[in-house]
Amino acid sequence: MTIHTERHPTADIPARTPRASGPGAHGPERRTGTPTRAGLRRTDGYWPWLFVLPLLIGVGTFYIWPIIQTFWYSFTTWGVFGGATFSGVANYVRLVSDPQLYQSLLNTVVYTVIVLLGIPLAVWLASLLNTPGLRFAQFYRVLFFLPYVAMPAAIALVWRIMFNGDYGIVNWFLGRFGIDGPYWISTPGFALVAVSLVGLWSSLGFSMIILGAGLKDIPPELYEAAELDGASRWRQFRSVTVPLLSPSIFFVVIVTTISSFQLFDLLYAILGSTNPVIPKTMSLVFYFYSAGFIDNDKGFAAAIAMVIFVLIGIVTLVQFRIQRKWVQA
Amino acid sequence: MTSSAITARRRARSRRGGSHWWIHVVLGVGGFVMAFPFLWQIIMSLSTNAQVQSVTPTFWPGELQWQNYAQVFERLPFLSQLGTSVMVTVIRTLAQIVLCTLAGYAFARMRFRGRAVLLAIVLSILLVPSQVYLISQYQIVQGFGWLDTLMGIVAPGLFSAFGTFLMRTAFLNLPPELEEAARMDGANPFQTFWRIMLPLARPSISVLAITTVLWSWNELLWPLVVSTRAEDMPLAAGLATLSGDRTIDYPVLMAASLMAMAPVLIMFVVLQRRVIDGLASSGLK
Repeated sequence: MTIHTERHPTADIPARTPRASGPGAHGPERRTGTPTRAGLRRTDGYWPWLFVLPLLIGVGTFYIWPIIQTFWYSFTTWGVFGGATFSGVANYVRLVSDPQLYQSLLNTVVYTVIVLLGIPLAVWLASLLNTPGLRFAQFYRVLFFLPYVAMPAAIALVWRIMFNGDYGIVNWFLGRFGIDGPYWISTPGFALVAVSLVGLWSSLGFSMIILGAGLKDIPPELYEAAELDGASRWRQFRSVTVPLLSPSIFFVVIVTTISSFQLFDLLYAILGSTNPVIPKTMSLVFYFYSAGFIDNDKGFAAAIAMVIFVLIGIVTLVQFRIQRKWVQA
Repeated sequence: MTSSAITARRRARSRRGGSHWWIHVVLGVGGFVMAFPFLWQIIMSLSTNAQVQSVTPTFWPGELQWQNYAQVFERLPFLSQLGTSVMVTVIRTLAQIVLCTLAGYAFARMRFRGRAVLLAIVLSILLVPSQVYLISQYQIVQGFGWLDTLMGIVAPGLFSAFGTFLMRTAFLNLPPELEEAARMDGANPFQTFWRIMLPLARPSISVLAITTVLWSWNELLWPLVVSTRAEDMPLAAGLATLSGDRTIDYPVLMAASLMAMAPVLIMFVVLQRRVIDGLASSGLK
């Protein structure tokens, strides 16, 4: 019974997500034609508006209008005392010739790739965690999920000390194997690697849980059949688990990519905003933040935001394209 | 679960039963790595500054330095930041529950002009990264005179496209018969919603509450942008701006960050299955 309640909400994620972007789901409305349905249609009157207006006003004010406004802002230049004047594509011209854009993009891609490398690990660990009859499984699940719920700004302070070049425990650990660890936080390349490893650490549990839900949907009979055919555990993993899990793996890849592309919290909190490695290590969102709220160059920052939007859109589209080649229907 | 599946699982258990020990080794080591920063944080929070900065790590501080925790309240505006975090999280969670269930229900079950278009517009927000609306949100909050106020931190997070989507899905999945019976009995749409449908949607409401609490408690960028004074910030922003500050001792910083995470970590450990299933089913932060 516990297994049943546990699997219910999670089981249909990969199936449910595409519906989110679809043009409205087709739930009960499809069953129109009954007299009661027709009756409902007549009686709703002004009620629906009382239900939706509070949300619509807020969403319109704080989300829809800002999206339109930011698009407009990206074509304006801001004076020192505020006031935006139209400047055409000047921000975009400046942006594409700014080396910081490419540096930030590169850093964001490196971070995303390192965090994505955690997904094969998550598949393996999730399959171990879902071994039937495994004791302490829930305890392990809590341990692996803990980093995901921890406040990034708070746990980053711990990692910052752990990665300290002189007295950090990471370098002490490396020293046990005769490796002379670098100054992680103050060396540009290593700073990004350190932040990425923390990103991997904090997202691993989430991937494992999503994948675990997918694993529960694989019928055990398939493993038994594979076993009868003399397949080894590794072979079963490769030929049964991975293909049948591919929709969940794809979902995790998409979610991880989109959230990694928006790296900010960990970078800001681990490195600190005044760290001299920041220009060489900043992410796209950090670039956006420093342009808009440190340099107060809001028109330029709006252009960066539009670029982030378009980049995430492109990456997601490409992944959906590639998905057809490897995800089993 | 069907009985055949149970027997299959039992068979699988006996089949693999003998080889579990190495799985425990892998998951145990992995789990230790995952939990280590938290353990290390607790140890450092009870050490002296010299012990934290010694080249050979101090795995056990000997005399436990509890006064580091007292120092947090003396050296940092911790209490007012905690107050802000609690207020922001409670207000947003309640607001989202009210607004998203109402709107979600209307989008799922009521008929009105423009429903499909309005829903599409609301859901389109989910495709847009938050940076796109941040600058303009800042301008709006500034225009209302809400910079450096609780209202400013809270405002945009009162409304959630994701929550609306979540609640709409929840109401779509409920059987329509009960609702129709209530209407036949003369209940008005709000009474139907309040007495019949809302109680049935409780599992999804708890998912919404959990995701909102987690997101709101941990959120950094927005509060960082709209609050400049340390006392007005919620904990996440307060801690993040301390990162480069060398005047605060590490053990005090560790005690502060541990206490900042504690409410959410405790909630997670108490409601573990609900949190894990809820986040997994929502698929979003």
